[in-house]
Amino acid sequence: MTRLVVVGNGMAGMACVEQIIKHGPKFRITVFGDETHVNYNRVMLSSVLAGEKSADDIVIHSREWYAHNEIDLRVGVRITGVDPIRKTVTGDDGRVTPYDKLLIATGSSAWMPPIAGLDKDGVFAFRTLDDTRELLKRAGPGTTAVVIGGGLLGLEAARGLQVHGCQVTVVHLMATLMERQLDPPGGQYLVAKMERLGIRVLLGRSTTSILGKKRVEAVEFSDGERLDADLVVVAAGIRPNVEIGRKAGIEVKRGIVVNDYMETSSPDVFAVGECVEHRGICYGLVAPLYEQGKVLAATLTGHRGPTYTGTVQAATLKIMGVDVFSAGDWANAPDHVRFEDPGQGCYRRVAIKDGKLAGVILVGDTSDSHRYMEWLRTGADLAGPRRELLFPPPSSDAGLDMAEMADSATVCGCVGVTKGAIIRAIHEQGVHTLSQLKECTRASTGCGTCASLCQGLLRAVAPDFEDEKKTVICACVPFAEDRLRDILKSQKLRSVHQVLEIYGNGIGCEVCKPALSYMLDMLWCGNHDEDRSARFINDRVHANIQKDGTFSVVPRIRGGVTSADELRRIADVADKYSVPMVKITGSQRIDLLGIKKADLPAVWADLGMPSGQAYTKGVRMVKTCVGTEFCRFGTQDSTAAGIELERRFEQLYTPHKVKMATVGCPRNCAEATVKDIGLVGIEGGWQVVVGGAAGKSVRKADLLVTVEQTEQALEAAELFFQYYRENANYLERTYDFVERLGIEKVRKETVYAPEPVRQALRDRFMKSKARARDAWLEGKDPMHPTQFAPLKPIDSRSVRLQADPKVLA
Amino acid sequence: MNESRWVRVARCESFPLREGRAVQVADREIAIFNLGGEFLATDNQCPHKGGPLCDGIVTGRSVVCPLHTWKINLESGCVERPGGIAAPAVQTYPSRVEDGIVVVCVPVGTPTGWVDSEKIQYCHITQA
Repeated sequence: MTRLVVVGNGMAGMACVEQIIKHGPKFRITVFGDETHVNYNRVMLSSVLAGEKSADDIVIHSREWYAHNEIDLRVGVRITGVDPIRKTVTGDDGRVTPYDKLLIATGSSAWMPPIAGLDKDGVFAFRTLDDTRELLKRAGPGTTAVVIGGGLLGLEAARGLQVHGCQVTVVHLMATLMERQLDPPGGQYLVAKMERLGIRVLLGRSTTSILGKKRVEAVEFSDGERLDADLVVVAAGIRPNVEIGRKAGIEVKRGIVVNDYMETSSPDVFAVGECVEHRGICYGLVAPLYEQGKVLAATLTGHRGPTYTGTVQAATLKIMGVDVFSAGDWANAPDHVRFEDPGQGCYRRVAIKDGKLAGVILVGDTSDSHRYMEWLRTGADLAGPRRELLFPPPSSDAGLDMAEMADSATVCGCVGVTKGAIIRAIHEQGVHTLSQLKECTRASTGCGTCASLCQGLLRAVAPDFEDEKKTVICACVPFAEDRLRDILKSQKLRSVHQVLEIYGNGIGCEVCKPALSYMLDMLWCGNHDEDRSARFINDRVHANIQKDGTFSVVPRIRGGVTSADELRRIADVADKYSVPMVKITGSQRIDLLGIKKADLPAVWADLGMPSGQAYTKGVRMVKTCVGTEFCRFGTQDSTAAGIELERRFEQLYTPHKVKMATVGCPRNCAEATVKDIGLVGIEGGWQVVVGGAAGKSVRKADLLVTVEQTEQALEAAELFFQYYRENANYLERTYDFVERLGIEKVRKETVYAPEPVRQALRDRFMKSKARARDAWLEGKDPMHPTQFAPLKPIDSRSVRLQADPKVLA
Repeated sequence: MNESRWVRVARCESFPLREGRAVQVADREIAIFNLGGEFLATDNQCPHKGGPLCDGIVTGRSVVCPLHTWKINLESGCVERPGGIAAPAVQTYPSRVEDGIVVVCVPVGTPTGWVDSEKIQYCHITQA
């Protein structure tokens, strides 16, 4: 069998090997990689740095894949020598490996500009997983970072570092950011967006040296200006790794020269990826690698064709909330159509040459990028209305957009999946959800920007398409809630206004602000920056506003069990504050209605009972029956279990209110089967039921699990409770949540989940609980001096009388 | 009779950012909102059912009444939501900051609830 040696274990080499394998077992393959990792998605390193993905998430080929395909993988070995006469390669471990065919896929390295002091401790490139890991170790609050280079990689590195709490400045040699992809106005829009994220941008600065003894202390520019730095990342560009090509005796210019069959000047040596130069171009982006890999695989396996004729260059900046897309050659076109909306930070430039699209720039909104890519690829005639070049005309047929795309059009540029391939997957493999599509075709597993396009295709083509339901809270911050939770978590955002500033319209409204407040509280287990202005009035004063602006007060009476002493205090409060109505609620509690805001702290102090949270999206109560203590039918001590359940969950906030009940027998006197969480006592155990309702909706709860011990029942309730907190949309009651997910899935992810998953849920629950406190303590220790206390005008005495000369205008 | 006077209300710190506070000035209850160093004053009653505007959530330069989510523009007093209805505007008051104290200009001797029919501003705003 022919021996194929691949030098380079990166995306390009492995994409090609993957294609070669599809042609059948023709080679004995050995792969050398100088990094110690299996093949990973280098494009996603910035997501690893930003904490959105882990190193494991970006693995493309696992060790099992190499083993399964009988590939001899040698990681951590750098090839240092090639003998083109004997046909051998020599590794830095001294081993000599013979080859029949040699594939060079060495990629490129970070280019280090001529700056003095690059060897100092604290200077990094941003190119490999090891670089990324090292940066993650050093990044943190209090660290001042300088990123040299305002291109794609530099900006992504800057954002990644900033997310970890670093103060970041991007220093760029040119007068505008990403000048290879953006024109000056587009670059200005990008500067504004980066600065809004809190990243400083210095343009037109040439860094001459890095100062410091052993460690980095500052960078110095050509004008003598200095900037303090603990960490310097150099992202000034890349250089093709061509040394092996030189040693192999093949033609090398800037890259290793290949023809349209991806052949080098030697019949037994091939090259692919960022190390090659094709028709004078060295590519530094991912899409060409896949196209080249396919062509080379065909050539290597003895086919003449297809050929590689070059790739339209397209770049997407991967920073959440900063959408930038650029493709083609916009600079050398004679005709342009432009659109600007400074308020929304949107900029578009469409460049036309000979009636065809030459290039495009999109800043702020890149949702139409596929439309332009398609025009670029097909050379479509653009003689139609000019304004439709900027925005597609509204379509009456929602599927039309999809139907107009050619089968050969690329949907996922990262992985190289065409519309045709997706349609085949839908028809031949029964794919009908986005996750299945990802699994089946790998489409949308790269940068993920094509997800909406994939969804659109599924919707238009799959007969039993299932939309993975995503609801956007409101237009102020237009993300699906699960996506928003990911953003808040990975971007380490802790305050509502931070979220709105960066990912929203900077303003927010009465719908999104309380929702974001909840999310932040839940995600950070109570350790967020509480902003009361983002809360509904009930959560500002911990009481329920009534139609006349007064409030209702419901103290906590756990399990509905009270005492003569408590009742006496409640009665005294009712007298002292002339409470207009005292009412027994449906939740086995007592409601005092018509209390003035200013009286709330005193009322709470006199009651001497904690808040019953009857005013908020949080834990309401546990209704109980008398159980084995008194009832002749009782099989379980439902009262004690209910009190314990309430004690464990109280003071926590939830996506919507949570009402619970425990009953001692299936007669169900406290109506546990129509509660959000219910414990139903049976002979020898408990049934834990969830998702019940008896309000706006009526729904019988689903059985989550049956257990023997009370502690097990409480634990099961705890798992469901935390799972609901983390995964429900804001204002989604458990009955909608359970219905949406299906009880099977809920069981699998809570009570039947692997122990580490359950432990993690419990840990986060305990963490939140540890920080939670009785909201009514604010009566004694208010968040703000005027939280409850009424304001009296400074001039209140004079104003009733005649004008006070001091204050007269 | 249309005389008005400037009344010192309270120090700026009394008004948390993006929140409102009510204050009784003579016979009228005024809501004052802190929009970031700028303080806007309106009557505290929502034109719908009299809800306390000071307890609403501020969104941009408007407030959303806590009772039935009517949205009132704090500068003009116009009802922005629900749209398409002719609702009387909420009375607004000029305001400024003097020596760290919020000062509002209140008409003298005009009882609360009394509306000069000439001055009713009807709004026809249809904002989504």
